[in-house]
Amino acid sequence: MSQSVISRWNPRELALTVLFLAPAVAGLGAFVIFPLFQAVYLATMGSDILGNPTRFVGFQHFEELFTPEFGAVLARTAGFTLMVVVAGVLLPMALAVPLSQRLPGMRIFRTLFTLPFAYSASAASVVWLLMLNPAMSPVNWVLQLIGVTAPGWTTDSGWALVTVAGVTVWMVSGFNLLVLAAGLAGLDEQVLEAARIDGASGVRNFTSIVLPMISPSLFFVIVTTTLTALQSLGQPQVMTDGGPNGATSTLVYSIFNQAFHNNNSNYGLASAQGLVLLIVGVLLAAVQFGVIERRVHYR
Amino acid sequence: MSRLNRPGRVTSTLTYVWLVVAAVVLLFPVLLTVLGGFLPSIDLLRQPPNLLGHYTVDSYLGALRQTVVPLLPAFGNSLFVGLVIMVAHLVTSCLAAYALVFLRTPLRTPLFWLFLATIMVPYEAIVVPNALFVRSLGIGDSRFALVLPFLANGFGVFLLRQAFRQFPGELRDAATIDGCGHFRFLFTILLPGCRPAIAALAVWSFLQGWNMYFWPLIISSTNNSLNTLQTAVFALRSNDSADPGLLLAGITITLLPTLLLVLFGQRWLVRGFTAGAVK
Repeated sequence: MSQSVISRWNPRELALTVLFLAPAVAGLGAFVIFPLFQAVYLATMGSDILGNPTRFVGFQHFEELFTPEFGAVLARTAGFTLMVVVAGVLLPMALAVPLSQRLPGMRIFRTLFTLPFAYSASAASVVWLLMLNPAMSPVNWVLQLIGVTAPGWTTDSGWALVTVAGVTVWMVSGFNLLVLAAGLAGLDEQVLEAARIDGASGVRNFTSIVLPMISPSLFFVIVTTTLTALQSLGQPQVMTDGGPNGATSTLVYSIFNQAFHNNNSNYGLASAQGLVLLIVGVLLAAVQFGVIERRVHYR
Repeated sequence: MSRLNRPGRVTSTLTYVWLVVAAVVLLFPVLLTVLGGFLPSIDLLRQPPNLLGHYTVDSYLGALRQTVVPLLPAFGNSLFVGLVIMVAHLVTSCLAAYALVFLRTPLRTPLFWLFLATIMVPYEAIVVPNALFVRSLGIGDSRFALVLPFLANGFGVFLLRQAFRQFPGELRDAATIDGCGHFRFLFTILLPGCRPAIAALAVWSFLQGWNMYFWPLIISSTNNSLNTLQTAVFALRSNDSADPGLLLAGITITLLPTLLLVLFGQRWLVRGFTAGAVK
């Protein structure tokens, strides 16, 4: 037995390998990898009123992707993702850095800031709808105090996407803060001390020592936040239902809308859009891993 | 900031001011959720809502009694989804990660990349085929339809593989020399030794399952009894007589398990995630 482990594989170990890998491979194969191929097939098919694929339509669905309407969906998705990633990383950072100081009460603050992480997309959306509802909005009340008239957060098409992005930032900040705070807690004190003795000033200390040292956490947070933003459905669906006038109809909402909303059952077009989402996701991941990760400093 | 860990008096005062302001802004929705469920509409429908109004449990009772989408069966469904997905992720990920790290697996590297690649696939890109597939299996009416596509997870395999690889090699060798087989090594030595990563995956998986929204929405669109709390709360909202107290009480009910998990499980989350992902 002990020999076999360090030599090559034997039948018993091979059987064990198959046994151990089978559940994960079966699950992911049947519900992630195989459906990908099926999505390609569905994208070339027209569906009947019940959504059953009935006829081959070739590239018709893909041609519909080259319309101004779909272009607007993509632009909206890009804007939304950018807003969520920038604010969803900067805000937790602006909290994690002060939290990393050795001051009493920091653990309580950190725990409190993590609480929004418990909210599901639908729960957060409903609570924020109430927070912004003119009949009771504490947000509007504060704005009133400083003499600002609140916009129609979810009813004004210029504001709706920003509002939905803001709620998404609120939702992701808790987890991002946890990861960034853990990165800051793992900083090498000796390096910081050395930098201080060398007279590194605040900003310089932060940009050339702290940032590179926590770059793995930062990278992790950027990648996961991008994926979350790109795949947000609950917020636009519950808060605005894609409106007003399609102002919050992002790529994922559009897929949901084509396939499942009001029994639309347009599975072909939805699948084609799903493939676009996949390609966008893979491209973004490739860019992030290719460009950003090269600047990440692993110890 | 130059002395990151030992701030002076001015810095620490500024820190507290900023943190308190941020906490008030970021946590007001949480406060409103939990307290709002105890307040009648008269106190809530004011600008700003009067959080010191007349406390009552009427909204909670009302939310539990509402009939459009009853919350108690939905609570059961959510618990089922969260627990089944948690256990399934743990089992499938432990076994797969073990094979990838400790068994001389042919195709070890390509298999690992395959698991990693599945993390990148956005769920929405494959949800249509999955919905058609699950319906064609004829189980669209059972609770099993809620969890079937989520029993295995690439992220779980990734997380546990990182943890298993950090397990001290000498312990593994010592166990092997003592004649410890794979099963005994896995269950009596490795799993207890990797508790932080396993706990982190358990917390994460339960949260994923409990907070899942898109899939239960699709499944329950054909069978109302399969609503989870997440879709049930949405039904509370679309009910036209939307009473904010009722809504907030419903949301507090959906939040109870996850708030407790985040409060008490965050040490595990940090330890488990940072071991693999951060360093």
